[in-house]
Amino acid sequence: MSAAPLSPPKQRWSWSSQAFRALVYQVLAVSVIALVVWFLAHNTATNMRQRGIQSGFGFLLGTAGFDIGESLFAFDSGESYLRAYLVGVTNTLRVAVLGIVLTTLLGTLLGVGRFARNALVRGLCRVYVELFRNIPLLLQLLMWYLLFTELLPDAASAWIIGPMFLSKGGLNFPIPVWAAGHVWAAWGLLLGLVCAWFLRRRARQRFEASGQPHSMVWLPMAGVLTCTLLGWLLGGAPTAMDMPMKGEFAIENGGALTPEFLALLVGLTLYTAAFVAEVVRGGIQSVSLGQAEAASALGLSPVQSMRLVVLPQALRVIIPPMTNQYLNLTKNSSLAVAIGYPDVVSIANTAINQTGREVECIALIMVVYLSTSLITSLFMNWYNARVAIQER
Amino acid sequence: MSTFTAIAPRPAPDATTGPLAWCKANLFHDWKTTLGTVLIGVVLLSLLPRLFAWTLTDAVWNGGYEACHAGNGACWAVVREKFRFILMGRYPHEEHWRALVCTLMLLALIVASCTRACWRPWLAGLWVGVLVAYLALMRGGFAGLRYVETDLWSGLPLTILLASLSMAMAFPIAVGIALGRRSGMPAIRSLCTVYVELIRGVPLISVLFMASFMFPLLMPQGFNIDVLIRVLAGITLFAAAYMAEVIRGGLQAIPKGQVEAAATLGLSYWQTQRMIVLPQALAMVVPGIMNNFISTFKDTSLVAIVSLYELTGAMGMAMNSDANWRPFRIEGYLFIALIYFVFCFSMSRYSQWIEAQVNKSRQR
Amino acid sequence: MSQPIIEFAKVNKWYGNSFHVLRDIDLQVRAGERIVVCGPSGSGKSTLIRCINRLEEHQQGRVMVHGVDSSDGLKAIDDVRKKVGMVFQQFNLFPHLTVLENLTLSPMWVGKLPKKEAEERAMEQLQRVRIAEQAYKYPLQLSGGQQQRVAIARALCLTPKIMLFDEPTSALDPEMIKEVLDVMIEMAEQGITMVCVTHEMGFAKAVADRVIFMDEGQIVEQNNPHDFFNHPQNERSRDFLSKILGH
Repeated sequence: MSAAPLSPPKQRWSWSSQAFRALVYQVLAVSVIALVVWFLAHNTATNMRQRGIQSGFGFLLGTAGFDIGESLFAFDSGESYLRAYLVGVTNTLRVAVLGIVLTTLLGTLLGVGRFARNALVRGLCRVYVELFRNIPLLLQLLMWYLLFTELLPDAASAWIIGPMFLSKGGLNFPIPVWAAGHVWAAWGLLLGLVCAWFLRRRARQRFEASGQPHSMVWLPMAGVLTCTLLGWLLGGAPTAMDMPMKGEFAIENGGALTPEFLALLVGLTLYTAAFVAEVVRGGIQSVSLGQAEAASALGLSPVQSMRLVVLPQALRVIIPPMTNQYLNLTKNSSLAVAIGYPDVVSIANTAINQTGREVECIALIMVVYLSTSLITSLFMNWYNARVAIQER
Repeated sequence: MSTFTAIAPRPAPDATTGPLAWCKANLFHDWKTTLGTVLIGVVLLSLLPRLFAWTLTDAVWNGGYEACHAGNGACWAVVREKFRFILMGRYPHEEHWRALVCTLMLLALIVASCTRACWRPWLAGLWVGVLVAYLALMRGGFAGLRYVETDLWSGLPLTILLASLSMAMAFPIAVGIALGRRSGMPAIRSLCTVYVELIRGVPLISVLFMASFMFPLLMPQGFNIDVLIRVLAGITLFAAAYMAEVIRGGLQAIPKGQVEAAATLGLSYWQTQRMIVLPQALAMVVPGIMNNFISTFKDTSLVAIVSLYELTGAMGMAMNSDANWRPFRIEGYLFIALIYFVFCFSMSRYSQWIEAQVNKSRQR
Repeated sequence: MSQPIIEFAKVNKWYGNSFHVLRDIDLQVRAGERIVVCGPSGSGKSTLIRCINRLEEHQQGRVMVHGVDSSDGLKAIDDVRKKVGMVFQQFNLFPHLTVLENLTLSPMWVGKLPKKEAEERAMEQLQRVRIAEQAYKYPLQLSGGQQQRVAIARALCLTPKIMLFDEPTSALDPEMIKEVLDVMIEMAEQGITMVCVTHEMGFAKAVADRVIFMDEGQIVEQNNPHDFFNHPQNERSRDFLSKILGH
């Protein structure tokens, strides 16, 4: 007689069953949250009706009615709120991208400097990190803003650094007049990058085939530069530059960076660099001494040891907190509202004051920052999965 | 094979330690290091005397603003003149002693919480008691004490109050969220994850804006809440999200065997968490929580943007209101920068000390 | 007698100002000799062999390896390291590279070998330590004994004249010690000069030409294994042996 397969015992719904209790708790939690959300939404709707404010994002198409101090593209008070928001987003991105590049350079130098032979270098890096980490960013921004708007001379007696002018009005620098030749130069740059990739591949193949080292950095870079130069030459070698000149009240022509932008950029860069330095230092320290010893016992030079053994392992430890710092820098750029730089929070603030649409404007701010965080998180997860050290 | 005679230890021939040897190894080891030392030395020697002169020797320590205009050093007289305004903000002048007493009480409580001897259950009760006393004394309105509305609470006391109160309230919330994120129940886990990721993805400014602008909208008609409480709620929710991540890291580091052993002893989920997991996890993440505290302390400076005048805002107000002293704002900024630096630096040193202690207890 | 392949002449080393870790060390190792260095912890055994390939620097005296004085400058150090292979207690394999890449790293970047040749040499050594099938795995995917065998193969890829072992089995679980010792015994039988710091007295008895006992920075006694283990001349050696061999 064969035994029929038994079916699992029926689920007993009683308080002592863990699954049942878990279900009850979850249902309770979700309903409480739903209730709270409904309560808040109901209040908001009532209050907005009371104040006569409509809801919805339609206001974005209305006329803004305010000017914006600086922007990448043309904007005046007759444009829509939506365009104003776009100006804000581009302003935020402008300062964030530049800030990230500069802070990475400075922070890496400071982090590596903590391991320098020279005790003065080590000490200065340490002092920098402790000083800039322990003073609030807002205070630092206010101080830089003060410096850029009060301690710099007037436009009439601006500091002259080569072809650039530095004054209370900001930094004025020559920019090339856009001509067809520049498009050619841009194509040259693109071609140069492709060439560089091929050159690197070929150098690597030749190294593996023969054992003789071939230039994998300098030659490709030279390639990029040559191609860009060629493109520029072919396009007619335009050299016309828009030079800033001292006008009657201010510096005219040329490209300009406002003191607000400069203060924000300098403040954010110097503050975040202190944290980046600590991240880099932690990463280099995380690679155990035995790795460097084994590398030197194998005869690798210090540079080769750093490049092939220490740095790849250190980077795996450095990249996650580093992207965290990049995110922090982007979020901290919202302090621009305190010094009058028109980033997205600042413009949203103005919009709230004008239209009273608090919920929508704040929601828009949050959407901008949340999407940045999300994209960065996705990149980080992808990177982590790709370079994870394979273990059992 | 020769006979063996023991050799006594001798001191090293060239000193490898001592100031001269240290200089040789660290400053003049090879030509690159020497070059660096010389360059940096030249730069420092040209800058430092000028900085020293501006800050100390040429500085004007007392007198009025005319003396400051006349001198060419730092104008610390502005700090002497305004320091009560900078430190206390808009709190009524005669009642400053109350703010001082309250702040000292709170600082003493924080220092006590940091010493191991006080990590007992009654610490929570002490916190509640001190906070109630603090709020009562600051507010007044009884026993002959003048009533001071929360709008006027400002300056350094406000900074310390915001930082400590929000951390104290964020702590239980953070523990709950950290446990929730590790719970087996998917709904709870998702809710907690959404909360943390939402808050961590947006800047504190937007949370403060939400707290100060949107709060009146979210509440039924006629239900008004103090600006102070709204801002406090915003900072608390913000700090709780970051603290939850730190605590979650600690929870993850507890080996599964601990929970399994507790289960074999018949302990329930909450008993296990309370008596076995949390004590170990929290002890491990004290440095991380201290870092949170330092960040929150620095973040309180943002409330100036929503019209609460803590230390940074009070300074701005003090300086901007008096046209005579306006040219010397930089000295005011440096003064409060020094205050922040002293607080934050001591907290970070303490945090490093705690970390060393915890590591010591793990070495054999 | 031919020139010794390793020579220590009155070598002294201090850590800091007062810890005299190597005291007047005089030692000569002939080519093809197998030396086991033993002694209580803190006696300076690891420091001694690390001075051979200049992972540690001595303050007094002279260390000559294959006719090269390693304190002569960077080029001298490079020359010495090309002839001396080292195996560490903690393996120190590079976790971000595969086993094969670990082995071909130095031949390609220092030895300037083409990739194909380097890989052939690597596979040869992997077969020698009987671990060729793990060539494309990552170090952390292997057991401790396997990792140490890979470390030995990695050192052998440099075709060294001298192999140094710094307590190669101390970090291994007991059941893995034998596989590593077997590889080391095979190497010894092929005639390479070996200096090995170890507690494995069975290995010393089987393979060593000479056992050196160190205590408090000095060479107390050196003798062939039979005489050292059965008739120790010095009280300290007897003391040490009773502790090691007692259980």
